[in-house]
Amino acid sequence: MTLTDVARIIRSKNAGPYLLTLDVLFNDRQGFETFKSAGIMTREKAAQIYGINVDQVQSVIFFDPAYALKITINRPIVSGGHGDSDIYGAQQHIPLMNWEFELVQD
Amino acid sequence: MVHQTNSVFKVLSPTAILGYGFPLESFENGMKENPDLIAVDGGSTDPGPHYLGSGKSFTNTAAVKRDLTIMITAGLKARIPVVVGTCGGSGARPHLAWCAEIVRQIAREHHLSFKMGLISGDISRETVKNALKDNRISPLDHDIVLTEQAIDQSVHIVAQMGIEPFIKAHEQGCEVILAGRAYDPSAFAALAVMNGFDRGLALHMGKILECAAIAATPGSGSDCVLGILEQDGFVLKPLSSERKFTRISVAAHSLYEKSDPYHLHGPGGSLNLEQCSFTELENGMVRIKGTVFEPSDKPAVKLEGATLAGFRSITIAGARDPVLINTIDDVLEKVKQRVQSFFPEMDIGNRLHVHIYGARGVMGDLEPEHKKSHELGLLIEALGDTQEQADTICSLFRSTLLHYGYEGRIATAGNLAFPFSPSDISAGEVYRFSIYHLMETSNEALFPLFCENINGGSK
Repeated sequence: MTLTDVARIIRSKNAGPYLLTLDVLFNDRQGFETFKSAGIMTREKAAQIYGINVDQVQSVIFFDPAYALKITINRPIVSGGHGDSDIYGAQQHIPLMNWEFELVQD
Repeated sequence: MVHQTNSVFKVLSPTAILGYGFPLESFENGMKENPDLIAVDGGSTDPGPHYLGSGKSFTNTAAVKRDLTIMITAGLKARIPVVVGTCGGSGARPHLAWCAEIVRQIAREHHLSFKMGLISGDISRETVKNALKDNRISPLDHDIVLTEQAIDQSVHIVAQMGIEPFIKAHEQGCEVILAGRAYDPSAFAALAVMNGFDRGLALHMGKILECAAIAATPGSGSDCVLGILEQDGFVLKPLSSERKFTRISVAAHSLYEKSDPYHLHGPGGSLNLEQCSFTELENGMVRIKGTVFEPSDKPAVKLEGATLAGFRSITIAGARDPVLINTIDDVLEKVKQRVQSFFPEMDIGNRLHVHIYGARGVMGDLEPEHKKSHELGLLIEALGDTQEQADTICSLFRSTLLHYGYEGRIATAGNLAFPFSPSDISAGEVYRFSIYHLMETSNEALFPLFCENINGGSK
């Protein structure tokens, strides 16, 4: 399965000019809790999905009030720097959206 | 509706960024609620360093004038202050001056008289250097240590002000307050805190109101909303029948453009959302409770600075030949090496960049896919110390690529399809962030207030 099966919003955006933050808003509490308790999203997994070193992943945080997952990584190029391809960082969510995983039920 | 000044404090937020516009009907719905304040955010670092460096606004003059005319006219009539944070997009001296001139024009054209307060967000190089010497400056979200040279090279340096400078302007009775660079919630929260409301709740409400209806559903960056601050919580109210706030829409907004939704850092302290509750009420309203303000041991402000990185020249060209497309990375590298040989004294790798649309134009090095489309769009970008130098690098790269005899070439008349002639565009100054650091404050008077009595004359 992919996150599109359990989440209605998957997006990326700058969090300041040096960071890129990815938000996943799950459809409902159950889907969120199931995914969260599976423990499959870690800093290591986020690094693997984006093909970057784990030290480039700032944080992986589950935000319970919004049934949301937030992943923050360093931008490869600071916003607006020479060679930057996405000033707002709004089109960097695709690897997360396409990531395939299995949820093992207890 | 009875106006209960002491028990609640109402803030009307017309739009997400001054100049983005708002429906008049929503604004009038807001004014019927008898707000205590009209506040709006005027800027962001999101559009990149160009605007801070160049001193230009990323919002449009006519659009800002339209929004401000409605806000100021209504504010004066209702005898409530109108506050703008981070004027002109970046909140440096030229941005604030630009916004102040628009306000003076509005006063003249509509014969309005009032007291205007201007709060500077600029930080002098000397102040930053002193802080650097005292070890009071640390990088934010990166590890580039600040140097005296970077300070000297910064065209403008601003800091995000907290609520205190706004409170000073309110105490002086300013009816219109224009601020330089500000922490977004400050413009919305200051007057409420001055009137005894909880700082954490006031700032959290400001944090949501600064984006206006973006936190509602369907979200909009150009519609009005109302924040109602209570003693132990706050309520968000939509002002258009088209949208409502929901528990999820508001909670989800806590994620937006932030790295940690539980802890929102600002000047003087952080908002802790760990115990926050979001409760849906009738009529599309949501009540938030439980936000806690945690003062920091070492108060700090966020510094932003931009410096001239050079000048840009660009070319747009298409490639359709499958032989070229299959070997495009190799060809671009070889053409780069050829151009490098023309400029032995400079590192062309830092001067030339090709965005390859149809392959990895959008994601660059983060792109996991290796496949390419049947046609590619090439955006060639050259950076020079002068515009002439950028034009020369761009021109040489373009002409060399056009006629480069790559391995296996079948089409020998030219490798690129240009949509335009002339094909090259001189794109002007390029700025980059030179300062993005925290500065611990040391009782400096950082954000001076200038009051101005504006007399728009009689009709």
